[in-house]
Amino acid sequence: MDFTYSDEQQSLQDSVKRFCEREYSFEKRQALLKTEDGFDRANWATFAELGWLGAAVAEDAGGFGGGPIENAIILEQLARGLSVAPFLSSAVIATQAIAQLASGAQREALLTPLIGGERIAALAHGETAQHAFAPDIETKAAASGGGYRLTGRKTFVLGGQAADLFLVSATTGGGGVSLFAVPAEAKGLERVNYHAVDGRRVSDITLKDVEVPADALIGDEGEAQDAIDYALDYGVIGLCAEAVGAMDAALWITRDYLKTRKQFGVSLNTFQALQHRMADMLVETELARSMLYRGIAALSLDNKRARARGVSAAKAQIGEAGFFVGGQAVQLHGGIGVTEEYIVGHYFKRLALVRGLYGSSDQHLTRFAESAEGQNEEELSPI
Amino acid sequence: MDFVIGADDLAFRRDMRAWIGATLPSEIATRGRRGFHATRSDVESWTRRLNAKGWAAPAWPEAHGGTNWTPLQRYLFQLELRAAAAPVQDQSAMELVGPVIYTFGDEVQKRVHLPRILNADTFWCQGFSEPNAGSDLASLRTRAVLDGDHYVVNGQKTWTSDAQRADMMFALVRTDAEARPQAGISFLLIDMKSPGVRVRPIYSIDEGHSVNEVFFDDVRVPTENIVGEPNKGWSYAKFLLTNERAMSAETAHTRADLLQLKGFAGEKACEPLFCAKLSKLEVDLMALEFAVLRVLHAEGGAQDAVASVLKLRGAELRQRVAELGVEALGNVGLAVNPDPTGHDATDHPAARPPGPDHAVGWLARSMFRRATTIYGGSNEIQRNIIAKAVLSL
Ligand SMILES: Cc1cc2nc3c(=O)[nH]c(=O)nc-3n(C[C@H](O)[C@H](O)[C@H](O)COP(=O)(O)OP(=O)(O)OC[C@H]3O[C@@H](n4cnc5c(N)ncnc54)[C@H](O)[C@@H]3O)c2cc1C
Repeated sequence: MDFTYSDEQQSLQDSVKRFCEREYSFEKRQALLKTEDGFDRANWATFAELGWLGAAVAEDAGGFGGGPIENAIILEQLARGLSVAPFLSSAVIATQAIAQLASGAQREALLTPLIGGERIAALAHGETAQHAFAPDIETKAAASGGGYRLTGRKTFVLGGQAADLFLVSATTGGGGVSLFAVPAEAKGLERVNYHAVDGRRVSDITLKDVEVPADALIGDEGEAQDAIDYALDYGVIGLCAEAVGAMDAALWITRDYLKTRKQFGVSLNTFQALQHRMADMLVETELARSMLYRGIAALSLDNKRARARGVSAAKAQIGEAGFFVGGQAVQLHGGIGVTEEYIVGHYFKRLALVRGLYGSSDQHLTRFAESAEGQNEEELSPI
Repeated sequence: MDFVIGADDLAFRRDMRAWIGATLPSEIATRGRRGFHATRSDVESWTRRLNAKGWAAPAWPEAHGGTNWTPLQRYLFQLELRAAAAPVQDQSAMELVGPVIYTFGDEVQKRVHLPRILNADTFWCQGFSEPNAGSDLASLRTRAVLDGDHYVVNGQKTWTSDAQRADMMFALVRTDAEARPQAGISFLLIDMKSPGVRVRPIYSIDEGHSVNEVFFDDVRVPTENIVGEPNKGWSYAKFLLTNERAMSAETAHTRADLLQLKGFAGEKACEPLFCAKLSKLEVDLMALEFAVLRVLHAEGGAQDAVASVLKLRGAELRQRVAELGVEALGNVGLAVNPDPTGHDATDHPAARPPGPDHAVGWLARSMFRRATTIYGGSNEIQRNIIAKAVLSL
C-alpha cells in the first residue's frame, strides 16, 4: 500500500487546483448559473487540453492511462471550486461506460471526441424517481430496418442539458439490457432541462420511436448491464470525491469564519461548544477521505460483489458525513450561512446532492448488506 | 391528572375541521401545502375570514379580541389549521408585537394597532438583528436620537423576515449610547413607508425570498411610537422572545408535514431503513407534542428555559421532517422546483422540472429549514440558556 500521490498525481492535483483558483470565482459561478448553458464551454476546452477529460481512460484508447484516483483528484478540486461543468457525467460516467463496452473502431469513434472535448455525453439510465441507481429498464429497443427503434423515458439525466450524445439503456428482444449511442438531435428525442439542488443541469428525456442505425449499439446486444453498473460505481466514487472536496472546503471556511466573527465581545472560536462541533466536523472529514480511498480500492476489485459492497459502503458513509459537515458549516455561520450570496450554503447544496444522487444512503446500505451474501470475508476486502 | 382528550374537545376539533374545510379556498390551501413563503394576499384574505369569526388570534386575551379557549383548544385549532394547509398568519404581528402592545403599550397604541393586526390591515416585521448583533442582540447599534417630538433613526437591520411586504416594523434601537448594553435600548414602532427606509432582498438557499436588509437614513419616528418606557426595550424584547420560543416548537406544522409525507411515500414507507427513520421521527414528535401541551397547561405559560427546550427540539424536528420528505421523493426531491405561481422566487428562478405536484416545495423546505436552528435564538444559544437557567452551570 502507498498513501502518497505519485509525482504525476501530485502535479495533476496542483494543476486542477491552480486552474480553479485562477478561473473560478464565486461571483463568476453565480452569474454562470443564470446563463442558458449553466457552465463555461471555454473552460471545458481547457479541460480537454490539459488532459483531464481522458485522465482515467487507457492509453490505447486515447486516454492518459490513469484511473479512479486521477478522477478523484480532479473531482475533489472541481468540487472545491464548486464547478458545475458536466465532468462527472461526461468525462467519468459516460466515458467509463463506453470504455467498458465498446472495442475497436467504435471505441475510437465514441471516445475520441469526448476526450478531445468536442462532444459531451450523458448516461441516460434511470427511469423512475426511486430507482435511478438500479432501475427496471422499461425503455425498449426494437429491431427496425437495419437498426433499432427506441421508445421510453429517462429521468434525472445528470449533465443532460449539455449533452450532444446520450447513452441510453434499453431492453432488446433477447431480454438483456443494451446501451445505445443516441445523438441529442435525433428525431423523436425530447429533452426537458432543469436544475439539481447544487445548480448543475439535469434532464428528463423522452424517446418516441427514435430510429438509430445498427452501429449505435455499443458492444454486444443484451450485454450492457455490467458495464453500466461499473460506470455508475465509478460515478459514485467520483461523487464521493466531490463530497470530500466540498467537506474540506466548508470545514476550513467555517474555521476561518469563527476566528473573525465576534459576538459577546469575543470571536466565536473561543466558545468550546463550537470548538467541539468543529472537531466533530474534522473527524467526519478525515474518515470520509479514508473511506474515499477504501472505495477507490474496491472499484479496482475483480469480484463484482466486493466492488459493489465497497462502493456502497463509501457512498453510504460519505453521503451522511458530507451532509453533517455541510449542515454544521451552515449552522456555525448563523444567518449568513443560509443565503445564496455566501459560498458556504452552496457547499451544503453540493453535499445534499451527493447524499441523494445515484442511490440514497439507505439504498447503498441495503446493497452493502446484500452484496455480502454467500461471499467469504477475504473475497470482499482489498486487505 | 388526565392525559386523554375529552368528548367536548373532540367535538370542538371536529367543528373546527369542518369550518376550516368549508372556508379555506382550495387554491390557497394548494399554495399552503407546497410550503413556500405565503403571499400577502393569501394571508390577508385568510386572516380576515378568521377575524370575522373572532378567531384571528385565539391566544390573545378576550378583551383585546382573542378567544377564551382553553390551551388545548387553541392547540387543536392549530393542528386543524396546519392539517388543512391554511396560510400561516403574520406571526410577527399576531405572536410577537401584538402581545407586547397589549401588555406594555399605551391606550392609543392598543386602539390603533391591535384591530389592524387582527384584520391583517397592517403587516409587521421584526427589526432586532443587525450585521454585528445576532446571537448577541444587546450589542445592537441602530440609534434613535430625540429631536423634538421625533426620534431620528440611523443604522441597519438584517435578516428581517417579510420586511419587503411589511407596513410596520417593531425595532430595537439604542436611545442611550452611554448605558450598559442591555440598558439604553428602546422598543420602537416604525412605519416602513417613512422617508429614509430602504429594503434590500436577501435570497436564501431555498432560492426564495423572505429575508431582507433594512437601512435607516435619518428616519423620523414620532415619539408616541415608543412602546412602554424609553430605555426599557430590552425587557419587552425578552418577553417577546420567550413568546417566540414557546410557539416555535411548531409541532402542528411538523405533524402536517408528516401526514403529507406519509401520503406520498407509498411503498417507500415500508422499506425497513426508511420506516425506522420515519417512525423515530413520529415518536420524537409525540414526545415534543406532549411537552408543548404540558407548557400550555402550566400556570403562567412557558418559562425561559422550558421555551428553550421546545424551540431547540422543535427546530430539529422541522429540519428532519423536511429532509425525510426530500429523501422519500428520490431524485425528484433533488431538483430545484420553484414556486409554480412565481411568487416566491429569486430574480432568476430555475426551470420547472417534470414531476408530481406533491414534489413541489419539499426541497425548498428542507433548504430553508437549515434556518430553524438559527433564527429566534440558535440552538447553541438555547443550550446556553438551559445550561445557565435550569442546570445552574
Ligand atoms: C431565515 C431567517 C429569518 C430571520 N428573521 C429575523 C427577523 O425577522 N427579525 C430579526 O430581528 N432577526 C431575524 N433573523 C436573525 C436571527 O435571529 C439571527 O440570525 C440569529 O440570532 C443568529 O445570529 P447571527 O446570524 O448573527 O449568527 P451569530 O450570532 O454570528 O452566530 C453564528 C454561530 O455561532 C453560534 N454562537 C453564537 N454565540 C454563541 C455562544 N455564546 N455560544 C455558543 N455558540 C454561539 C451560533 O449559534 C451560530 O451557530 C432571522 C434569521 C434567519 C436565518
